[in-house]
Amino acid sequence: MRTLDIKLFRDLIRLWAQALAIALVIAGGVATLILAVGSYRSLDETRAAYYERYRFADVFAAARRAPRTLVGQIAEIPGVAGVDARIVKLALLDIPNYSEPATGQVISLPEIGEPALNQLYMREGRAPEPGRVDEAVVNEGFAKAHGFTPGSRFSAILNGRKRELVVVGIALSPEFIYAVGPGDIMPDDRRFGIIWMSERALASVYDLDDAFSSVAVKLLRGASERDVIMRLDAILDRYGGRAAYGRKDQTSHAWLDHELDMLSNMSRTLPPIFLLVSAFLVNLTLTRLVALEREQIGLMKALGYRNVSIVTHYLKFVMVIAAIGIVIGAATGTWLGIRITNLFGDFFHFPFLVFTESPDLYVVAAALSLIAAAIGALRALREVVRLAPAVAMQPPAPPRFRRLLPADFTLDKFASQPTMMMLRNIMRHPVRSSFTMLGMALATAILVVSLFTRDTMEELIDVTFFLADRQDATVSFVEKRPQDVVMQIARLPGVLAAEPSREVPVRIRSGTIERRIVISGRPLNADLNRIIDADLRPVVLPDTGLALSSMLAQVLGVELGQSVEIDLLEGTRRTVSLPVTALIEDYFGIRGMMDADALARLMREAPTVNSVNVSLDGSARDMFYAAVKGMPVVSGLALQRVSLANFREAIALLVTTMAGIYTGLAAVIAFGVVYNSARISLSERARELASLRVLGFTRGEVLRILLLELAVLTLLAQPPGWVMGYGLAWIMQTNLAGELMRVRLVVEQPTYVFASAIVIAAAVLSALVVRRRINKLDLVTVLKTRD
Amino acid sequence: MSDTVFTAKALTKTYVSGETQVLALRTVDLEIFAGEVVVLLGPSGSGKSTLLNIMGGLDHATSGQLFFSDLELTNLDDRGLTAYRRQHVGFVFQFYNLIPSLTAYENVALVTEISDHPMRPDEALALVGLEARMHHFPAQLSGGEQQRVAIARAIAKRPEVLLCDEPTGALDSKTGIRVIEALLGINAQLGTTVLIITHNASIQDVADRVLFFADGQISRIHKNETRRTSAELVW
Repeated sequence: MRTLDIKLFRDLIRLWAQALAIALVIAGGVATLILAVGSYRSLDETRAAYYERYRFADVFAAARRAPRTLVGQIAEIPGVAGVDARIVKLALLDIPNYSEPATGQVISLPEIGEPALNQLYMREGRAPEPGRVDEAVVNEGFAKAHGFTPGSRFSAILNGRKRELVVVGIALSPEFIYAVGPGDIMPDDRRFGIIWMSERALASVYDLDDAFSSVAVKLLRGASERDVIMRLDAILDRYGGRAAYGRKDQTSHAWLDHELDMLSNMSRTLPPIFLLVSAFLVNLTLTRLVALEREQIGLMKALGYRNVSIVTHYLKFVMVIAAIGIVIGAATGTWLGIRITNLFGDFFHFPFLVFTESPDLYVVAAALSLIAAAIGALRALREVVRLAPAVAMQPPAPPRFRRLLPADFTLDKFASQPTMMMLRNIMRHPVRSSFTMLGMALATAILVVSLFTRDTMEELIDVTFFLADRQDATVSFVEKRPQDVVMQIARLPGVLAAEPSREVPVRIRSGTIERRIVISGRPLNADLNRIIDADLRPVVLPDTGLALSSMLAQVLGVELGQSVEIDLLEGTRRTVSLPVTALIEDYFGIRGMMDADALARLMREAPTVNSVNVSLDGSARDMFYAAVKGMPVVSGLALQRVSLANFREAIALLVTTMAGIYTGLAAVIAFGVVYNSARISLSERARELASLRVLGFTRGEVLRILLLELAVLTLLAQPPGWVMGYGLAWIMQTNLAGELMRVRLVVEQPTYVFASAIVIAAAVLSALVVRRRINKLDLVTVLKTRD
Repeated sequence: MSDTVFTAKALTKTYVSGETQVLALRTVDLEIFAGEVVVLLGPSGSGKSTLLNIMGGLDHATSGQLFFSDLELTNLDDRGLTAYRRQHVGFVFQFYNLIPSLTAYENVALVTEISDHPMRPDEALALVGLEARMHHFPAQLSGGEQQRVAIARAIAKRPEVLLCDEPTGALDSKTGIRVIEALLGINAQLGTTVLIITHNASIQDVADRVLFFADGQISRIHKNETRRTSAELVW
């Protein structure tokens, strides 16, 4: 079959532009799968390796003051593989040339050697000298944010006393991949830092000699986390122990998990959509391309070629195109995957990256593309091969056109003959027209689904930062304070309004499902920190019972009016049953809320306060910051404005980068589809168009006839494209919703407009390319060669 | 002229075109003998092409029988017809039907590769006087040259019959004569039976027999006592 292979090769060269356009559509689908799943796997693998090598703990617990002698006891809990007891405190920081008060989480490092768990990866410098109260190692993000190098200095209020610290080392820790400060939603490296200091030094500062305030535990494989937590709680109970928690509730891990989950969800949602759409489009295009070969197929049959040989020949033809697409897609996908892994690796401050090889992805992507291409070719061949060669060698019989309207009713007044040609052409190929439309609609749809994240995130920002949490700042305290602290804060310079908040950690349970959350108590008429219902209206907190995040209610499977069981993890530590009296529409975390007085009654305590939300006079911010820095009871200050900026920055990574890549790939697919539709229409109708030229139509007019149909189909395809795009976005949104963060599906009009604009731009671009073809249309040859 | 190549018995072909039935061949009975040159004449739609297509295994008859020597073509399925075309028949069409992406040589090789005892492509091209242009693509050849490539392709497998549907239809008289000359040359050198459909009545003089078609039937058969050579043709 050598000669057929030569033909194959030359045909590919002749049709290079179309072959490449189809290959790019395939490449788009393949690349999406490989980049998304590949980068997710690499990051997941990197995290696992990081956790493993630096011995990230499984269970964490805090206590007020626990004697070191308990360590042995904890180590003997069945299932415990390692214990690391340390001192962990929050401290307000004062950084030169930085007006906003920052918060540091101060953690002790053992005098000799490395911590048993949560080991540090030293980027620079060294560990503090034993007993040196002025030496500190800081986390890399914090150091970078302030330009710290070994030798830099800043101040910290440690146990009410301001001390100057020298940075001696810069480190990374698996425990603080995501370093989120108290009250913040997103990490802010400028305002929150991890500060590791000598244990002996910290013990003397906090009066914790031979004692610890935090313990991390590593579990044996297969150990029951629940059992260990229960026993740990029992041991620490007498020492002011706050309920122990697993990795699931460890902030850094939970956020990282969520972020990876989002990536994983994206990789499970978008690439299959892309791959299937591209497969479908390729199938469609190749069917038409092969159908164009009808006469050559007829000739080969006349010459005595067997159907098998003919089918094999065209299969090879489409397989080569598919293979080109797969190679381009695999290369692009791998490259983008590495870029994305690096990008996220930087974002997470991973000390190293593990790139996983995923041959299965390449196989799946390649197989699906090849099968789609093959089926496309076979669909066309089945029709043609079945024809007797005498019939196949002739052009298809003119299809029977129907009048669209009664014979005595002519459209001449309304529509020109070219318009009638266009309309009839669409009507006579209803299947082909609808498939072309479907193809373009899908192109629009994948663009919508690539672009919608931005709208959804803006909605989330709107609701969270402007409807619900409207405070400018949240001041949190080292320990809960009596109610009069609110007045104290309200009197600080620049404070316009102050609202107290009481936070009580609890375990909430319904049946066997249990979550660890915080119940916040807020005043009845809270105006800064509001509760928003599903209709985005602020609601008044019921004066009895518990308001829950809708997501939490969903997780627990409870409805309004039903009761949940609550273990109070502070104070009396009772277990109570509370009715759910309201559902909160919130997008971050899961939480409960109660009327402050009701919560105080439940806690059997006088009203107390953990934090105060304030609204600030913008011009007096610096005075406010300075005043807060002077308050030893303050452990941290969360700033909404900064949180918002951080949040935007963090989601920009996901939204801009990922959505940008997906949009690019979707645009390539859109162009491939539209271009091929135009080119194939041109081939199918070359004779007709040449005849028109002979009759005296200008090139422009002929082009219009050809492109009018495409334009009409492109425009008609947009509304269904929007609907499908919304549907795909809904699927993705549903997949992305989690306990840590979820979004409300919002697709703004500009997104639809932008998606359609890209498809239409692709159509215009194709039109320009096709115009060159029309100009080159050789009238004589076209009319002479075939009958 | 004793061996019959084709024997048709009450051969009928009906096309269904929309709501109307077209009777393309009405009970045709015919014998074609080995080594004959036969010209089929008649107006458009008189059934010439339909008969030729069925004889060449390019189409199925609706009823009746058609034998190629002892082989009943009307009994063959698609696979059988393919084998028949591959082994026994060469075609020449009005519009050459060359594969545009293959050179003259390669177009011929397309056939020689799937035949049992073919001649070499260059040999076939030499028979039609095109040895000098064998590495040209169809687009680089004149109409007459393209048609001669088509003839070379048709005869390269050494077929028993050569079926030509308006081989000169798209050509001017001078090149048309060269093409006829090539066909007669094949007939003379290889003894191939040649059937030629034409609208051009002057070509009938080169034939042993002329079949006149009208309304799907053979209305008359004329036997030339002496065949003219192509050089004697007047267009």
